[in-house]
Amino acid sequence: MSSVFVPADTTLKTAAPGAADSRRGAAAPRPLSGHKLDFVFRNLTRFFALLVFSILAAILISLVHGSSLTLRQFGFGFLVSADWDPVRENFGAVVPIYGTLVTSLIALLIGVPVSFGIAMFLTELAPVWLKRPLGTAIELLAAIPSIIYGMWGLFVLAPILQSHVQPWLISLFDGVPLAGKLFEGPPLGIGMLTAGVILSIMVIPFITAVMRDVFELVPSLLKESAYGLGATTWEVVWRLVLPYTKVGVIGGIMLGLGRALGETMAITFVIGNANRLAVSLMAPGNSIASALANEFTEAVGDVYYSALIELGLLLFLITTIVLAFSKLLLMRLTRHEGART
Amino acid sequence: MSAIHSRNPVYLARKRRNVVMLSAGGCALAFGLFWLAWILLTVVLEGGGALLRLSVFLEMTPPPGSDGGLANAMVGSLVMIVIGTSIGAPIGILAGTYLAEYGQRGWLTPATRFLNDVLLSAPSIVIGLFVYTIYVKQVGHFSGWAGAVALALIVIPVVVRTTDDMLRLVPNSMREAAVALGCPAWKMIVTITYRAARAGIVTGILLSVARISGETAPLLFTALNNQFWSTNMNAPMANLPMVIFQFAMSPYEDWHRLAWGGAALITFAVLVLNILARSLFARSQYS
Repeated sequence: MSSVFVPADTTLKTAAPGAADSRRGAAAPRPLSGHKLDFVFRNLTRFFALLVFSILAAILISLVHGSSLTLRQFGFGFLVSADWDPVRENFGAVVPIYGTLVTSLIALLIGVPVSFGIAMFLTELAPVWLKRPLGTAIELLAAIPSIIYGMWGLFVLAPILQSHVQPWLISLFDGVPLAGKLFEGPPLGIGMLTAGVILSIMVIPFITAVMRDVFELVPSLLKESAYGLGATTWEVVWRLVLPYTKVGVIGGIMLGLGRALGETMAITFVIGNANRLAVSLMAPGNSIASALANEFTEAVGDVYYSALIELGLLLFLITTIVLAFSKLLLMRLTRHEGART
Repeated sequence: MSAIHSRNPVYLARKRRNVVMLSAGGCALAFGLFWLAWILLTVVLEGGGALLRLSVFLEMTPPPGSDGGLANAMVGSLVMIVIGTSIGAPIGILAGTYLAEYGQRGWLTPATRFLNDVLLSAPSIVIGLFVYTIYVKQVGHFSGWAGAVALALIVIPVVVRTTDDMLRLVPNSMREAAVALGCPAWKMIVTITYRAARAGIVTGILLSVARISGETAPLLFTALNNQFWSTNMNAPMANLPMVIFQFAMSPYEDWHRLAWGGAALITFAVLVLNILARSLFARSQYS
């Protein structure tokens, strides 16, 4: 110990006057150099970025692995068979896929025009002091948890649809060649129509938010030119704003579709959970997400589990493709915007 | 000039169409607000009464046909939300930091941003399935930890997105000033840009907490439910959304009332968190 200490002490003493001068301006000695800490921090953040990057791939791999049994056993037939028989372990996904698509389609049919109207009103018509509170109120629709929508749909909306709207729809379309098939059967209240209506309320805030954002991108110069030529507000929106933001609007609709396809709890409450293929919108049906929510914890047997996980895999693939497409469209619009300005 | 006088039929038709379409827009807005008001009103009317009784907060979830409370479900939800957020938020903040501060070049940043946005809207039930296959199935039982992990996976993309956006709003001149003074990059990020973007990052965390407070689907296959008081994270754990789901789908009046009480509680919490986050963010924008 002392042998190390003594020479160090002497050098410090002898070099003291000169060293004080030479240290001026040099970097202060640090316990752990900034560069080393920087390296650590940089790689720490990079590690977590990589982690986020790999989550989607991990989900895909785990679902493929989990459903390997039915993937091998049924192959492509899983997609075209309408059988869902846990007892004989015969599974096909046609009914849930059909239910998912039909409910999402109803949601878009109602949700898109309404969202467009709201976005138009908020960007072109609403006075500035009203824009924020009204916009926030619409955004709050997205904040309400989906289980609340489901419960409200089951206890409040479904009985009203059953006693007032559905009988009217049935008599209205009675005897009409093709549309009549969509609206036949007893008015049960629960079913694909009710699920679609609730979904449409749930997608409105998402589509509206995107539409508002892209409508704001239209240069005022263009709009002012149109107004200067004598166009009405509607003509400006329909002939100028909408064509200009077409790509973004489709992206927003896709985002809404992605949300609608994957919605679980709201649908589980009101769709009726029947594994029957029915053309009528009044009939109870099943969606991929609601089949999972209802049957997963009660499933017995490896094949049953595997079939349900394959349903999850299907849902994941469909929504990921739709959402990725939506994101690409929105990116295209903003890139164009960047190139133009 | 003479072609466009006020009685020109083309002019009148255009004007009429304008009025019709704009009123349709106004109706659409009223349509959206109508549902919001209706749902909130129902929740308050049906659930408010249930929440007024103290027993809801003190007693356990009851067996069918008897009276009880939601105490175990509230605690279970709270525990899983706190743990889920404390796992997800740091991961999200660090990943977002890389995207905004370090990853200006290379493939990782644009690719991660893209996938993160997809993850942001991915169905939450698939997240639940994912955690089920990698965790619940391996250990062989449902557990509170699995629920917390599933919630953390929902928190991450929200926090990544807001952190990334907020850090990118910090003016570059602040970074340059710090670096010019000899400040290493990590210190510049921690002491300068984090501080400048603090309100935005906290907003993101609050929004993610609001989102997971009402999530049911990811808990179905992970935390499941528990009728009794349990703070054991390695066992199935009671939570409000699952209790609401179970009770609302049952045929019992008592259970329905408790489900509405739970629904009112969750809705109230989510709306308060949302409004808090918005006002916090709005204030930071003005200052």
